[in-house]
Amino acid sequence: MWKYEKRLQFPVKIKEPNAKLAQIIISQYGGPDGEMGASMRYLSQRYATPYKEVAGVLTDIGTEELAHLEMVAAIIYQLTKNLSMEEIERSGFDKYYVDHTLGIWPQAAGGVPFNACEFQSKGDVITDLHEDMAAEQKARTTYDNILRLIKEPDVCEPIRFLREREIVHYQRFGEALRLTTDKLNEKNFYAFNPGFDKCENCNG
Amino acid sequence: MNGKEQLLFNIGVVDFTLVDLGLFLDTHPKDRRALEYFRHYAQIKRQLCREFSQKYYPLTLAESDSEKAWTWGEAPLPWEGACD
Repeated sequence: MWKYEKRLQFPVKIKEPNAKLAQIIISQYGGPDGEMGASMRYLSQRYATPYKEVAGVLTDIGTEELAHLEMVAAIIYQLTKNLSMEEIERSGFDKYYVDHTLGIWPQAAGGVPFNACEFQSKGDVITDLHEDMAAEQKARTTYDNILRLIKEPDVCEPIRFLREREIVHYQRFGEALRLTTDKLNEKNFYAFNPGFDKCENCNG
Repeated sequence: MNGKEQLLFNIGVVDFTLVDLGLFLDTHPKDRRALEYFRHYAQIKRQLCREFSQKYYPLTLAESDSEKAWTWGEAPLPWEGACD
């Protein structure tokens, strides 16, 4: 279960609306390497790991990703608040506006809707942790790309915080992978899937 | 920053410490220094959250004081920029 704290993980206080920036940043809400995919990936994967420590990492990072999802939504919300019809048309936000008005909806910057195919839950802890490490790096690259496109300090600050968290999560997933391989046969980590195969002598 | 904003900011700082320490402890469960830090900051966070809910509004359902009035829905929404 979860409980809500009525605050953001990091302050988002944007002074000027800017629909152009919102259209870029929305990719980290519902895009291929965004926070929705991140949270759903880790929170879905945790059931298949036989190791409590790894399930703990997946739960806690998945939970933090939900807080990041809320931060990205807050950024988009504040960037699109009080937009005039003229600004909506001029910025190219009209294509989003026609379907969602100013509602927050998960899509990539290019307009592609969020899709569960953007993450895997493979039922194999080694495979899943490799995906997770790659996912953190892909999200970090996306935030780097966003930071090259925007200069506004009040938008950059929360984006920099989110980028930094990708690096910390990558580190923790690497440690979770190490904890996993430490429990497996060091001569062949792939001898069996500890989340599926029932094998008495597999732990070497 | 006024008193309310400063207190909410401090809660954010202390809670971030706990989130980061929590992840570290997930993979280093026997690290004595991290355990001590976690206990120290968890205590501070409880105090700050209690102070905030008494002075301003509850941040969690558990801190809602239902004796006087149900204030949970009246608190500012975090995405409105009330988070600093």
